[in-house]
Amino acid sequence: MYNPQLTDDGKLKHLLSIEGLPKGIITQILDTAESFVGVAEREVKKVPLLRGKTVCNIFFENSTRTRTTFEIAAKRLSADVINLNVSTSSQSKGETILDTIDNLTAMHADMFVIRHSQSGAAHFISRHVKPHIHVINAGDGRHAHPTQALLDVFTIRRYKPEMHNLRVALVGDVLHSRVARSEIHALTTLGVPEIRVIAPKTLLPEYVERMGVRVYHDMAAGLKDVDVVMMLRLQNERMTGALLPSAQEYFKTFGLTQEKLALAKPDAIVTHPGPMNRGIEIDSSVADGRQSVILPQVTYGIAVRMAVMSILAGNS
Amino acid sequence: MKIHIKNGRLVDPANGIDAQKDIFIAAGKIVGIGQLPADFTPNQVIDAAGLVVCPGLVDLSARLREPGYEYKATLESEMLAAAAGGITSLACPPDTDPVLDEPGLVEMLKHRARQLNLAHVYPLGALTRQLQGVMLTEMCELTEAGCVGFSQAGKPINDTLVLWRSMRYAATFGFTVWLHPQDSYLADNGVAHDGEVAARLGLRPIPAVAETIALATLLRLARETGVRLHVCRLSTSESVEMIAAAKAQGLAVTCDVAANHLHLTEHDIGFFDANSHLKPPLRSQRDKDALRQGVADGTIDAICSDHTPVDEDAKLMPFGESEAGATCLELLLPLTLKWANEQGLPLSAAIASITSKPAAILGLKTNHLGLQTPADICIFDPDQYWRIEANALKSQGKNTPFTGLELAGKVRYTLLEGNIVYKS
Repeated sequence: MYNPQLTDDGKLKHLLSIEGLPKGIITQILDTAESFVGVAEREVKKVPLLRGKTVCNIFFENSTRTRTTFEIAAKRLSADVINLNVSTSSQSKGETILDTIDNLTAMHADMFVIRHSQSGAAHFISRHVKPHIHVINAGDGRHAHPTQALLDVFTIRRYKPEMHNLRVALVGDVLHSRVARSEIHALTTLGVPEIRVIAPKTLLPEYVERMGVRVYHDMAAGLKDVDVVMMLRLQNERMTGALLPSAQEYFKTFGLTQEKLALAKPDAIVTHPGPMNRGIEIDSSVADGRQSVILPQVTYGIAVRMAVMSILAGNS
Repeated sequence: MKIHIKNGRLVDPANGIDAQKDIFIAAGKIVGIGQLPADFTPNQVIDAAGLVVCPGLVDLSARLREPGYEYKATLESEMLAAAAGGITSLACPPDTDPVLDEPGLVEMLKHRARQLNLAHVYPLGALTRQLQGVMLTEMCELTEAGCVGFSQAGKPINDTLVLWRSMRYAATFGFTVWLHPQDSYLADNGVAHDGEVAARLGLRPIPAVAETIALATLLRLARETGVRLHVCRLSTSESVEMIAAAKAQGLAVTCDVAANHLHLTEHDIGFFDANSHLKPPLRSQRDKDALRQGVADGTIDAICSDHTPVDEDAKLMPFGESEAGATCLELLLPLTLKWANEQGLPLSAAIASITSKPAAILGLKTNHLGLQTPADICIFDPDQYWRIEANALKSQGKNTPFTGLELAGKVRYTLLEGNIVYKS
């Protein structure tokens, strides 16, 4: 079957979504990331793998954290990095996405890191770039956030290497979450046998079960005996669209507290893609507690992004 | 000009004819069927051996984009496309710029169409001014100017009191209202069917209830007001059931489906293909099957092109930002033939769904091959395959999910009142 992110001989050409990525490529990325974890601990935090290459971070939607980690990852690989906040420049002057892309191509960029509010934006751009350019999706609408999912499974693999023997629960706003969609595909591809989603019906897409998950609307039942709890961020605007009554009620019903976490396995770990809303989806005592792996996630995020960029550059 | 069409297979559903018969045309009218009229010497003989001769096709919805959107398409380009598609009569919705809500605009459109003389154009007037769903248009004046019905195009009336009153007013004069069933609140600016594809791709969903809730309202108000209702573009299986039930109760309701929806589902969106961004959205396999069966059993009265030419730039965007719609005038015949063929239906059933049946909805009396009727005729090769490509299409809109595919059914001649307006 046609796969827009692979070359004809099955190598990674773009990273657009986890869906459709063979297990071998995901494993290759995770294994490569392992070798980059040590780089950050050296005195000189650089390797020359992308020397002479130009990476463009093109953010059509604001993001500080993701952009920063991509920037650090590229710089540690010795690439030149250009950051473009398109939401505040060209688009407001009426330039189309393709014009922006063409202009950056003319400046001899080698890799585009794209963040956009529309699902499918990275796919769209990858269809229209010159053949030598690699596109990395840094989040498109509600669709996908593949590097986030990769760093999540990288973190899980570090703490729980036996992926084929895990029970994982995703908690929160799956409907609007590109992170959740990518996480589900990543866990499924790596052979996690049981993936649960826990959320009120207003925050779940129709047919979410077709993605291979079990649906729970109750934290007590959903968290029972899980090995990993993956929290999702709740945007404040969900309160205005009649999706939820209040942050307080959400915290009461679906917020992760020590009490609810106690229902999971004693050695269960907790992830969160950040930024966290303390006291809304997660209690501070959990976020900062012994089971939280939220800060290691951030550290590993750089290694995983370095891995993705170096593999793409190696497939040029 | 006298024309003799010989050796063709004449398919005329309105008169129950499917046989090899010659047709004789003089002064724009059919003067002989099967039998050579006395003193008839043709100026031109068309050999239709191996071809089908049928009434010119009638399309219930073709956006011609004039006035206002000439960068998407012009009256001339789209009427040439209609002729190339074998279409001789078409209804056009009022969502132009300015909106067709004033008699002068309708007269101008009719006048421009008459000058081009490539197809009969039947405008639908706006039901409310500016399609805003607030104030009624001058429906009597608009009818005098040439409107054949009143529509909101893709802009549903959200205020049910206005909807009720507009139906009552139209019913007073026996006008037909053409309405798309869509609840704007439930549709919530969605772009894809609320199914597994939208769930996976993270596209804003349009649930099936957005259509059925609105349809229930339309059917109930039509019964209350007695207005003649034509429901445009069904897309869900439940809508087909609701229409069947309403017809069984004797309600004066008709409906249509877009040709694309008989062949495509949500899965055709693939990796965010903006060409499959249509309105209403492509739905599930089950919905598609019900629509196909609905036309076959007569619940759905007609197949239309829902021709919506979109300029290239408006499709060169991420799926959710791209403009909905597809070019389809030239695909109406092949897609209808494909449907009938796959359903195991006779050719006459296919042709009826794009000639006599839509003609009845428009109230056209002459769209058949009877003696002394105007010679609006389509001659096509049912077995000739052709490849759908940008340069194979006359329409200024090149956007269709069928690009690159081959379809059977190529129009060879289109005659409008005895004039050959298209030949290939």
